[in-house]
Amino acid sequence: MNQDIKLLSRRDIAARIAADIPDGAYVNLGIGAPTEVANCLPDGVTIILHTENGLLGMGPSPPKGDEDEDLINAGKQFVTALPGAAYFHHADSFAMMRGGHLDYCVLGAYEVSVRGDLANWHTGANDAIPAVGGAMDLAIGAKSVFVMMDLLTKKGASKLVERCTSPLTGVACVKRVYTDHATFDITPEGVAARDLADGLSLAALQEICGVRLTGG
Amino acid sequence: MNKICPSLQAAVADVPDGATVMIGGFGDAGVPFQLIDALIEQGAKDLTVISNNAGTGETGIAALIKNDRVKKIVCSFPRQANASAFDERYLAGRIALDLVPQGNLAERIRAAGAGIGAFYTPTAYGTPLADGKETREIAGRHYVLEYPLAADYAFIKAHKGDPLGNLVYRKTARNFGPVMATAAKCTVAQVTQVVGVGDLDPEAIVTPGIFVKRVIEVAPARC
Repeated sequence: MNQDIKLLSRRDIAARIAADIPDGAYVNLGIGAPTEVANCLPDGVTIILHTENGLLGMGPSPPKGDEDEDLINAGKQFVTALPGAAYFHHADSFAMMRGGHLDYCVLGAYEVSVRGDLANWHTGANDAIPAVGGAMDLAIGAKSVFVMMDLLTKKGASKLVERCTSPLTGVACVKRVYTDHATFDITPEGVAARDLADGLSLAALQEICGVRLTGG
Repeated sequence: MNKICPSLQAAVADVPDGATVMIGGFGDAGVPFQLIDALIEQGAKDLTVISNNAGTGETGIAALIKNDRVKKIVCSFPRQANASAFDERYLAGRIALDLVPQGNLAERIRAAGAGIGAFYTPTAYGTPLADGKETREIAGRHYVLEYPLAADYAFIKAHKGDPLGNLVYRKTARNFGPVMATAAKCTVAQVTQVVGVGDLDPEAIVTPGIFVKRVIEVAPARC
């Protein structure tokens, strides 16, 4: 890899995602890296965060000592509720997704395919304990599904692929993939790369990326 | 009418071997720990448990599993970093797992409580969790047919309950409680505080008493 290429940090990727979420949106941030997006939302906008265990209007972590065991997020971490927050049961919470009320969700991924198939719940390893949680509901349940991930695995394989090899979470559901190398729009015409990392050329990106790019 | 139970033991006394039991909670929030402890003490075995998780640490459903009372669990997320009871038994083939996406789990429970025969849901279409299931395209979208999930018992945790079985919850501890309450032949609610008939604001009641058979007061501190 060229020494002059400056890949995006996790924080940088989160900031890009945050900048693309409009004022007034209802948003679910998946467990793990996507939670960083909450720390990058610009001042002066009202973004309502949904956590599928039953809260709209989720706020930041409480100060140490103020944790409430009845107030957690989908990652089972202690959170707070902002003024105007609402609690609800699970059937209502997933109706907000399935019913098309949630505007955005941001999820991690093992693989995303050219047609927007998402694999993020099971590595496919035989000895893994399967666990799915709300991943499949989220994948089909937001108007726009964004993925936040590194483009390459630790071994250097592209996670953007022609066809997913890991078990699918959802079919043709991902709209955009934000990575450390670039942002990729999944369109009917193909995968379009844009906002390439500083020093990274489209040709160099095409070389390491597992799918044919249609341009930037 | 008085649904207040005299003791935890009385609240779970009639659970037979082989029963299907829904247990509320997401993570540790809303888990009726004391009802589960009473069930372990009562001794019912070969249970089918329907719950979001398979327990954390050494308590709750994890303890029920550790005591080998559960033959099958229907849940969305059995894996927990700090709990080994389920993992060991699952890998050894000693406990069956029916893995259900979380929203399908909630909706299947809701369907059972609402008398719905089955429903089409887009969740899991095209994934291994829809293998072998009937699918249908409706107005250009693909759906999977899912059936209701009912139970003999539902053990849930609420914040306040009255002698008529009316319940209110607290924060995200509400999670599965209201839907599970509707889907079991016998719903037992562990509440932090029992209040008098008329003390709960009718506008604020989340679970109307018709869905609840027994209410047991348990002091807030657990462990």
